[in-house]
Amino acid sequence: MSLFQFISDFFRDNANWHGAYGIPHRLLEHVEYSLIALGIAAGIALPVGLVTGHTGRGGNALALVATAARALPSYGLLVLMFFWLGLGLTPVMIPLVALAVPPILVTTYEAMRTLDPAPVDAARGMGMGPAAVLFQVELPSALPLVLSGLRSAAIQVVSTTAIAATVSLGGLGRFVVDGLYQQNYTIVVGGATLIAGLALVTIALFWLVGRFVVSPGVRGRR
Amino acid sequence: MSGGAGFFDIPSDLQHSYAGLIGIHMQEAMIPVGIGLAVALPLGQLCVRFRWLYPPVLWVTTVLYAIPSLTFFVFLIDYTGATRTTVMIPLTVYSLVVLVPAIVDGVRSVPQDTLSAATAMGLGPVQRYLQVQLPLAVPAIIAGLRVATASSISLVSVGALIGNQGALGNLLQDAILYHRSNLALNSVVTIAVLAVLTDIVLVLLRMALTPWLPRSGKAAGRAARATAVEPSTEAALLEDAAS
Repeated sequence: MSLFQFISDFFRDNANWHGAYGIPHRLLEHVEYSLIALGIAAGIALPVGLVTGHTGRGGNALALVATAARALPSYGLLVLMFFWLGLGLTPVMIPLVALAVPPILVTTYEAMRTLDPAPVDAARGMGMGPAAVLFQVELPSALPLVLSGLRSAAIQVVSTTAIAATVSLGGLGRFVVDGLYQQNYTIVVGGATLIAGLALVTIALFWLVGRFVVSPGVRGRR
Repeated sequence: MSGGAGFFDIPSDLQHSYAGLIGIHMQEAMIPVGIGLAVALPLGQLCVRFRWLYPPVLWVTTVLYAIPSLTFFVFLIDYTGATRTTVMIPLTVYSLVVLVPAIVDGVRSVPQDTLSAATAMGLGPVQRYLQVQLPLAVPAIIAGLRVATASSISLVSVGALIGNQGALGNLLQDAILYHRSNLALNSVVTIAVLAVLTDIVLVLLRMALTPWLPRSGKAAGRAARATAVEPSTEAALLEDAAS
Protein backbone atom coordinates (compact mmCIF):
# COMPACT_ATOMS: atom_id res chain seq x y z
CA MET A 1 0.00 0.00 0.00
CA SER A 2 1.34 3.39 -0.89
CA LEU A 3 1.46 6.47 1.28
CA PHE A 4 -1.38 8.06 -0.70
CA GLN A 5 -3.65 5.08 -0.18
CA PHE A 6 -3.10 5.34 3.59
CA ILE A 7 -3.93 9.02 3.44
CA SER A 8 -7.08 8.59 1.36
CA ASP A 9 -8.22 5.71 3.59
CA PHE A 10 -7.89 7.97 6.59
CA PHE A 11 -9.92 10.78 5.10
CA ARG A 12 -12.59 8.47 3.65
CA ASP A 13 -13.21 6.75 6.98
CA ASN A 14 -16.43 8.33 8.21
CA ALA A 15 -15.58 7.55 11.85
CA ASN A 16 -12.66 9.98 11.68
CA TRP A 17 -14.96 12.93 11.09
CA HIS A 18 -17.15 12.84 14.19
CA GLY A 19 -17.01 13.41 17.92
CA ALA A 20 -14.26 14.40 20.33
CA TYR A 21 -11.79 12.13 18.50
CA GLY A 22 -12.82 13.39 15.08
CA ILE A 23 -10.84 15.55 12.66
CA PRO A 24 -12.85 18.80 13.12
CA HIS A 25 -12.55 18.71 16.90
CA ARG A 26 -8.82 17.85 16.88
CA LEU A 27 -8.19 20.55 14.29
CA LEU A 28 -9.97 23.15 16.44
CA GLU A 29 -7.96 22.08 19.49
CA HIS A 30 -4.74 22.37 17.54
CA VAL A 31 -5.62 25.83 16.22
CA GLU A 32 -6.74 26.90 19.71
CA TYR A 33 -3.48 25.83 21.43
CA SER A 34 -1.39 27.37 18.67
CA LEU A 35 -3.28 30.67 18.81
CA ILE A 36 -3.03 30.89 22.60
CA ALA A 37 0.73 30.23 22.49
CA LEU A 38 1.28 32.65 19.62
CA GLY A 39 -0.90 35.27 21.30
CA ILE A 40 1.02 35.10 24.58
CA ALA A 41 4.35 35.11 22.77
CA ALA A 42 3.37 38.09 20.61
CA GLY A 43 2.02 39.88 23.71
CA ILE A 44 5.46 39.56 25.31
CA ALA A 45 7.77 39.87 22.31
CA LEU A 46 6.16 42.61 20.21
CA PRO A 47 6.21 45.38 22.86
CA VAL A 48 9.69 44.42 24.08
CA GLY A 49 11.00 44.23 20.51
CA LEU A 50 9.41 47.56 19.56
CA VAL A 51 10.76 49.38 22.61
CA THR A 52 14.28 47.92 22.47
CA GLY A 53 14.41 48.43 18.71
CA HIS A 54 13.07 51.98 18.99
CA THR A 55 15.60 52.98 21.64
CA GLY A 56 18.40 50.78 20.28
CA ARG A 57 19.25 49.42 23.72
CA GLY A 58 19.55 45.80 24.76
CA GLY A 59 20.67 44.38 21.42
CA ASN A 60 23.36 42.18 22.96
CA ALA A 61 20.97 40.90 25.62
CA LEU A 62 18.58 39.93 22.83
CA ALA A 63 21.39 38.09 21.02
CA LEU A 64 22.04 36.12 24.20
CA VAL A 65 18.35 35.28 24.64
CA ALA A 66 18.14 34.17 21.01
CA THR A 67 21.20 31.91 21.27
CA ALA A 68 20.06 30.40 24.56
CA ALA A 69 16.55 29.77 23.23
CA ARG A 70 17.87 28.00 20.15
CA ALA A 71 19.86 25.60 22.30
CA LEU A 72 16.79 24.42 24.23
CA PRO A 73 15.15 21.31 22.74
CA SER A 74 11.39 21.96 22.73
CA TYR A 75 10.38 18.30 22.83
CA GLY A 76 12.60 17.76 25.88
CA LEU A 77 11.12 20.84 27.55
CA LEU A 78 7.61 19.49 26.95
CA VAL A 79 8.45 16.24 28.73
CA LEU A 80 10.26 18.04 31.53
CA MET A 81 7.35 20.43 32.14
CA PHE A 82 5.02 17.44 32.18
CA PHE A 83 7.09 16.01 35.04
CA TRP A 84 7.34 19.26 36.93
CA LEU A 85 3.82 20.65 36.43
CA GLY A 86 1.73 17.62 35.55
CA LEU A 87 -0.98 17.39 32.90
CA GLY A 88 -2.64 20.54 31.68
CA LEU A 89 -2.43 23.53 29.44
CA THR A 90 0.31 25.43 31.33
CA PRO A 91 3.07 22.79 30.99
CA VAL A 92 2.42 22.72 27.23
CA MET A 93 2.23 26.50 26.87
CA ILE A 94 5.60 27.19 28.54
CA PRO A 95 7.74 25.43 25.87
CA LEU A 96 5.53 26.71 23.04
CA VAL A 97 5.81 30.32 24.22
CA ALA A 98 9.55 29.90 24.84
CA LEU A 99 9.82 28.66 21.26
CA ALA A 100 7.77 31.49 19.73
CA VAL A 101 9.19 34.49 21.61
CA PRO A 102 12.74 34.65 20.11
CA PRO A 103 11.82 34.84 16.42
CA ILE A 104 9.20 37.55 17.05
CA LEU A 105 11.44 39.47 19.45
CA VAL A 106 14.52 39.40 17.26
CA THR A 107 12.83 40.23 13.94
CA THR A 108 10.88 43.07 15.57
CA TYR A 109 14.09 44.46 17.05
CA GLU A 110 15.92 44.12 13.72
CA ALA A 111 13.00 45.62 11.81
CA MET A 112 13.03 48.71 14.04
CA ARG A 113 16.82 49.00 13.86
CA THR A 114 17.09 48.76 10.09
CA LEU A 115 14.38 51.34 9.33
CA ASP A 116 15.18 53.99 6.76
CA PRO A 117 15.86 57.08 8.94
CA ALA A 118 14.70 59.58 6.28
CA PRO A 119 10.91 59.09 6.61
CA VAL A 120 11.24 59.04 10.42
CA ASP A 121 13.08 62.38 10.34
CA ALA A 122 10.53 63.75 7.89
CA ALA A 123 7.69 62.73 10.20
CA ARG A 124 9.37 64.45 13.14
CA GLY A 125 9.96 67.51 10.99
CA MET A 126 6.24 67.59 10.17
CA GLY A 127 5.58 67.90 13.88
CA MET A 128 4.53 64.33 14.71
CA GLY A 129 4.91 63.33 18.34
CA PRO A 130 6.83 60.20 19.43
CA ALA A 131 3.64 58.07 19.55
CA ALA A 132 2.52 59.20 16.11
CA VAL A 133 5.98 58.53 14.67
CA LEU A 134 5.99 55.04 16.18
CA PHE A 135 2.48 54.02 15.10
CA GLN A 136 2.09 55.89 11.82
CA VAL A 137 5.62 55.71 10.38
CA GLU A 138 7.94 53.23 12.09
CA LEU A 139 5.47 50.42 12.66
CA PRO A 140 4.02 50.37 9.11
CA SER A 141 7.54 50.40 7.64
CA ALA A 142 8.71 47.62 9.95
CA LEU A 143 5.63 45.50 9.29
CA PRO A 144 7.01 43.15 6.60
CA LEU A 145 9.84 41.94 8.84
CA VAL A 146 7.64 41.82 11.93
CA LEU A 147 5.16 39.65 10.02
CA SER A 148 7.95 37.33 8.88
CA GLY A 149 8.97 36.86 12.52
CA LEU A 150 5.37 36.10 13.48
CA ARG A 151 5.10 33.65 10.59
CA SER A 152 8.28 31.87 11.60
CA ALA A 153 7.00 31.60 15.17
CA ALA A 154 3.55 30.43 14.05
CA ILE A 155 4.97 27.62 11.92
CA GLN A 156 7.18 26.39 14.74
CA VAL A 157 4.28 26.53 17.20
CA VAL A 158 1.97 24.57 14.88
CA SER A 159 4.55 21.84 14.37
CA THR A 160 5.56 21.65 18.04
CA THR A 161 1.94 21.58 19.24
CA ALA A 162 1.76 18.29 17.33
CA ILE A 163 4.59 16.87 19.45
CA ALA A 164 2.81 18.10 22.59
CA ALA A 165 0.33 15.25 22.11
CA THR A 166 2.97 12.87 23.54
CA VAL A 167 2.56 14.36 27.01
CA SER A 168 -1.09 15.35 27.08
CA LEU A 169 -4.02 17.12 25.53
CA GLY A 170 -5.46 16.87 22.10
CA GLY A 171 -4.64 18.52 18.84
CA LEU A 172 -3.75 16.83 15.58
CA GLY A 173 -0.66 15.23 17.12
CA ARG A 174 -3.03 12.85 18.95
CA PHE A 175 -3.66 10.97 15.69
CA VAL A 176 0.07 10.48 15.10
CA VAL A 177 0.97 9.56 18.69
CA ASP A 178 -2.03 7.24 19.21
CA GLY A 179 -1.60 5.72 15.77
CA LEU A 180 2.07 4.97 16.41
CA TYR A 181 1.14 3.40 19.74
CA GLN A 182 -1.59 1.25 18.13
CA GLN A 183 0.65 0.57 15.11
CA ASN A 184 -2.12 1.89 12.90
CA TYR A 185 -0.19 3.56 10.10
CA THR A 186 -3.34 4.91 8.41
CA ILE A 187 -4.13 7.12 11.41
CA VAL A 188 -0.46 8.13 11.80
CA VAL A 189 -0.13 9.29 8.22
CA GLY A 190 -3.58 10.89 8.17
CA GLY A 191 -2.77 12.95 11.24
CA ALA A 192 0.62 13.89 9.86
CA THR A 193 -1.02 15.08 6.63
CA LEU A 194 -3.40 17.29 8.61
CA ILE A 195 -0.52 18.82 10.59
CA ALA A 196 1.43 19.58 7.42
CA GLY A 197 -1.74 20.99 5.84
CA LEU A 198 -2.26 23.30 8.80
CA ALA A 199 1.35 24.49 8.60
CA LEU A 200 0.96 25.25 4.89
CA VAL A 201 -2.33 27.09 5.50
CA THR A 202 -0.46 29.13 8.12
CA ILE A 203 2.15 30.25 5.57
CA ALA A 204 -0.60 31.05 3.06
CA LEU A 205 -2.49 33.12 5.65
CA PHE A 206 0.59 35.15 6.51
CA TRP A 207 1.25 35.72 2.83
CA LEU A 208 -2.32 36.98 2.39
CA VAL A 209 -2.17 39.18 5.48
CA GLY A 210 1.09 40.64 4.16
CA ARG A 211 -0.57 41.46 0.84
CA PHE A 212 -3.44 43.30 2.52
CA VAL A 213 -1.88 44.90 5.59
CA VAL A 214 1.52 46.03 4.34
CA SER A 215 1.38 49.42 2.69
CA PRO A 216 2.09 49.26 -1.07
CA GLY A 217 4.75 51.92 -0.64
CA VAL A 218 6.65 49.79 1.84
CA ARG A 219 6.23 46.66 -0.26
CA GLY A 220 7.64 48.28 -3.36
CA ARG A 221 10.57 49.94 -1.68
CA ARG A 222 12.89 47.06 -0.87
CA MET B 1 17.27 -2.70 33.59
CA SER B 2 20.48 -1.42 34.97
CA GLY B 3 20.38 -1.06 38.71
CA GLY B 4 20.71 2.62 39.53
CA ALA B 5 18.26 5.45 39.10
CA GLY B 6 20.77 8.31 39.31
CA PHE B 7 21.17 11.18 36.90
CA PHE B 8 23.59 9.34 34.65
CA ASP B 9 22.13 5.83 35.03
CA ILE B 10 20.85 5.07 31.55
CA PRO B 11 18.20 2.33 31.38
CA SER B 12 19.59 -0.75 29.67
CA ASP B 13 16.77 -0.93 27.11
CA LEU B 14 18.45 1.93 25.25
CA GLN B 15 21.47 -0.38 24.71
CA HIS B 16 23.94 2.49 24.92
CA SER B 17 25.97 4.27 27.55
CA TYR B 18 25.57 7.99 28.19
CA ALA B 19 28.64 8.72 26.07
CA GLY B 20 27.33 6.35 23.41
CA LEU B 21 24.04 8.26 23.21
CA ILE B 22 25.92 11.54 22.90
CA GLY B 23 27.96 10.07 20.04
CA ILE B 24 24.87 8.84 18.19
CA HIS B 25 23.10 12.12 18.81
CA MET B 26 25.89 14.20 17.33
CA GLN B 27 26.22 11.81 14.41
CA GLU B 28 22.49 11.95 13.72
CA ALA B 29 22.52 15.75 13.95
CA MET B 30 25.75 16.61 12.13
CA ILE B 31 25.74 14.22 9.14
CA PRO B 32 22.57 15.95 7.81
CA VAL B 33 24.17 19.38 8.27
CA GLY B 34 27.28 18.18 6.40
CA ILE B 35 25.27 16.75 3.52
CA GLY B 36 23.08 19.87 3.55
CA LEU B 37 26.17 22.07 3.20
CA ALA B 38 27.61 19.89 0.43
CA VAL B 39 24.40 20.25 -1.59
CA ALA B 40 23.71 23.88 -0.64
CA LEU B 41 27.09 25.20 -1.87
CA PRO B 42 26.61 24.24 -5.56
CA LEU B 43 22.87 24.97 -5.41
CA GLY B 44 23.55 28.40 -3.91
CA GLN B 45 26.13 29.10 -6.61
CA LEU B 46 23.59 28.15 -9.30
CA CYS B 47 21.10 30.59 -7.73
CA VAL B 48 23.71 33.35 -7.78
CA ARG B 49 24.64 32.62 -11.41
CA PHE B 50 21.06 32.34 -12.65
CA ARG B 51 19.10 34.95 -10.74
CA TRP B 52 15.71 33.78 -12.04
CA LEU B 53 16.30 30.48 -10.27
CA TYR B 54 16.42 32.00 -6.78
CA PRO B 55 12.76 33.05 -6.17
CA PRO B 56 11.31 29.62 -7.06
CA VAL B 57 14.04 27.88 -5.02
CA LEU B 58 13.17 30.14 -2.07
CA TRP B 59 9.48 29.32 -2.36
CA VAL B 60 10.16 25.59 -2.42
CA THR B 61 12.50 25.84 0.57
CA THR B 62 10.07 28.00 2.57
CA VAL B 63 7.33 25.44 2.03
CA LEU B 64 9.61 22.50 2.85
CA TYR B 65 10.75 24.24 6.03
CA ALA B 66 7.13 24.54 7.13
CA ILE B 67 6.56 20.75 6.97
CA PRO B 68 6.66 19.67 10.62
CA SER B 69 9.40 17.20 11.55
CA LEU B 70 6.87 14.72 12.94
CA THR B 71 5.03 14.65 9.59
CA PHE B 72 8.29 14.21 7.69
CA PHE B 73 9.39 11.35 9.95
CA VAL B 74 6.18 9.34 9.77
CA PHE B 75 5.82 9.78 6.01
CA LEU B 76 9.31 8.38 5.55
CA ILE B 77 8.65 5.33 7.76
CA ASP B 78 6.85 3.85 4.76
CA TYR B 79 10.02 4.08 2.66
CA THR B 80 13.02 3.89 4.97
CA GLY B 81 11.48 2.24 8.05
CA ALA B 82 11.88 3.34 11.67
CA THR B 83 15.61 3.91 11.25
CA ARG B 84 18.15 6.64 11.81
CA THR B 85 18.05 7.37 8.08
CA THR B 86 14.39 8.35 8.48
CA VAL B 87 15.42 10.94 11.05
CA MET B 88 18.41 12.19 9.08
CA ILE B 89 16.63 12.79 5.74
CA PRO B 90 14.31 15.55 7.05
CA LEU B 91 17.16 17.10 9.03
CA THR B 92 19.18 17.22 5.80
CA VAL B 93 16.30 19.00 4.07
CA TYR B 94 15.94 21.53 6.91
CA SER B 95 19.70 22.22 6.85
CA LEU B 96 19.61 22.70 3.11
CA VAL B 97 16.68 25.10 3.42
CA VAL B 98 18.53 27.22 5.96
CA LEU B 99 21.89 27.12 4.18
CA VAL B 100 20.88 27.97 0.59
CA PRO B 101 19.63 31.51 1.37
CA ALA B 102 22.57 32.07 3.73
CA ILE B 103 25.05 31.13 0.99
CA VAL B 104 23.25 33.09 -1.74
CA ASP B 105 23.03 36.22 0.43
CA GLY B 106 26.66 35.81 1.48
CA VAL B 107 28.03 35.35 -2.03
CA ARG B 108 25.82 38.13 -3.42
CA SER B 109 26.98 40.57 -0.76
CA VAL B 110 30.54 40.54 -2.15
CA PRO B 111 30.99 44.02 -3.70
CA GLN B 112 31.27 44.27 -7.48
CA ASP B 113 34.54 46.25 -7.10
CA THR B 114 36.10 43.33 -5.26
CA LEU B 115 35.08 40.94 -8.02
CA SER B 116 36.39 43.29 -10.70
CA ALA B 117 39.68 43.59 -8.85
CA ALA B 118 39.97 39.79 -8.68
CA THR B 119 39.25 39.49 -12.40
CA ALA B 120 41.78 42.22 -13.18
CA MET B 121 44.39 40.28 -11.18
CA GLY B 122 43.85 37.40 -13.59
CA LEU B 123 41.66 35.10 -11.55
CA GLY B 124 39.37 32.82 -13.53
CA PRO B 125 35.76 32.24 -12.49
CA VAL B 126 36.56 29.11 -10.44
CA GLN B 127 39.57 30.66 -8.70
CA ARG B 128 37.61 33.83 -8.08
CA TYR B 129 34.81 31.82 -6.48
CA LEU B 130 37.11 29.74 -4.30
CA GLN B 131 39.59 32.47 -3.31
CA VAL B 132 37.41 35.58 -3.13
CA GLN B 133 33.66 34.98 -3.04
CA LEU B 134 33.59 31.94 -0.80
CA PRO B 135 35.94 33.32 1.91
CA LEU B 136 34.04 36.63 2.00
CA ALA B 137 30.76 34.71 2.33
CA VAL B 138 32.07 32.74 5.34
CA PRO B 139 30.33 34.87 8.02
CA ALA B 140 26.95 34.43 6.32
CA ILE B 141 27.53 30.71 5.76
CA ILE B 142 28.56 30.19 9.40
CA ALA B 143 25.48 32.13 10.52
CA GLY B 144 23.40 29.67 8.50
CA LEU B 145 25.34 26.71 9.90
CA ARG B 146 24.64 27.92 13.45
CA VAL B 147 20.89 27.87 12.83
CA ALA B 148 21.08 24.53 11.03
CA THR B 149 23.14 22.76 13.72
CA ALA B 150 21.06 24.12 16.61
CA SER B 151 17.77 23.03 15.07
CA SER B 152 19.27 19.70 13.98
CA ILE B 153 20.59 18.90 17.47
CA SER B 154 17.22 19.79 18.97
CA LEU B 155 15.12 17.91 16.38
CA VAL B 156 17.02 14.61 16.60
CA SER B 157 15.19 14.04 19.89
CA VAL B 158 11.82 14.02 18.10
CA GLY B 159 13.08 10.84 16.42
CA ALA B 160 12.33 9.12 19.73
CA LEU B 161 8.65 9.17 18.72
CA ILE B 162 9.19 6.87 15.74
CA GLY B 163 10.69 3.99 17.69
CA ASN B 164 13.67 5.06 19.76
CA GLN B 165 15.60 6.71 16.94
CA GLY B 166 16.13 9.94 18.87
CA ALA B 167 19.48 9.22 20.61
CA LEU B 168 19.39 11.46 23.71
CA GLY B 169 15.69 12.03 22.97
CA ASN B 170 15.07 8.37 23.82
CA LEU B 171 15.80 9.31 27.42
CA LEU B 172 12.59 11.34 27.33
CA GLN B 173 10.57 8.28 26.40
CA ASP B 174 12.25 6.24 29.13
CA ALA B 175 11.67 9.08 31.60
CA ILE B 176 7.92 8.68 31.03
CA LEU B 177 8.11 4.87 30.92
CA TYR B 178 10.01 4.53 34.21
CA HIS B 179 8.69 7.72 35.88
CA ARG B 180 12.20 9.14 36.19
CA SER B 181 12.16 12.91 35.75
CA ASN B 182 15.95 13.03 36.14
CA LEU B 183 16.27 11.27 32.77
CA ALA B 184 14.22 14.03 31.13
CA LEU B 185 16.34 16.68 32.83
CA ASN B 186 19.49 14.86 31.75
CA SER B 187 18.25 14.79 28.14
CA VAL B 188 17.33 18.50 28.04
CA VAL B 189 20.53 19.67 29.75
CA THR B 190 22.81 17.44 27.65
CA ILE B 191 21.17 18.48 24.37
CA ALA B 192 21.33 22.16 25.35
CA VAL B 193 25.00 21.86 26.31
CA LEU B 194 25.80 20.07 23.02
CA ALA B 195 24.02 22.84 21.11
CA VAL B 196 25.89 25.59 22.95
CA LEU B 197 29.27 23.87 22.53
CA THR B 198 28.67 23.34 18.81
CA ASP B 199 27.68 26.99 18.51
CA ILE B 200 30.91 28.07 20.22
CA VAL B 201 32.95 25.86 17.89
CA LEU B 202 31.27 27.48 14.88
CA VAL B 203 31.93 30.99 16.20
CA LEU B 204 35.59 30.09 16.77
CA LEU B 205 35.71 28.64 13.26
CA ARG B 206 34.38 31.90 11.83
CA MET B 207 37.04 33.86 13.73
CA ALA B 208 39.75 31.55 12.44
CA LEU B 209 38.50 31.73 8.85
CA THR B 210 37.93 35.48 8.79
CA PRO B 211 40.90 37.03 10.63
CA TRP B 212 40.19 40.40 8.92
CA LEU B 213 36.87 40.87 10.73
CA PRO B 214 36.46 42.47 14.17
CA ARG B 215 36.22 39.75 16.81
CA SER B 216 33.40 41.14 18.87
CA GLY B 217 31.17 44.14 19.23
CA LYS B 218 28.27 45.16 17.08
CA ALA B 219 28.94 42.88 14.11
CA ALA B 220 28.99 39.77 16.28
CA GLY B 221 25.84 40.78 18.15
CA ARG B 222 24.05 41.46 14.90
CA ALA B 223 25.14 38.14 13.46
CA ALA B 224 23.96 36.33 16.58
CA ARG B 225 20.57 37.99 16.40
CA ALA B 226 20.29 37.32 12.70
CA THR B 227 20.74 33.61 13.33
CA ALA B 228 17.72 33.48 15.63
CA VAL B 229 15.42 33.25 12.65
CA GLU B 230 15.85 31.02 9.66
CA PRO B 231 17.53 33.25 7.06
CA SER B 232 15.02 32.36 4.38
CA THR B 233 12.24 34.24 6.16
CA GLU B 234 13.59 37.67 5.51
CA ALA B 235 14.97 36.80 2.12
CA ALA B 236 11.76 35.17 0.95
CA LEU B 237 9.71 38.09 2.09
CA LEU B 238 11.93 40.60 0.38
CA GLU B 239 12.05 38.60 -2.85
CA ASP B 240 8.31 38.37 -2.68
CA ALA B 241 8.02 42.09 -2.14
CA ALA B 242 10.34 42.79 -5.04
CA SER B 243 8.46 40.63 -7.53
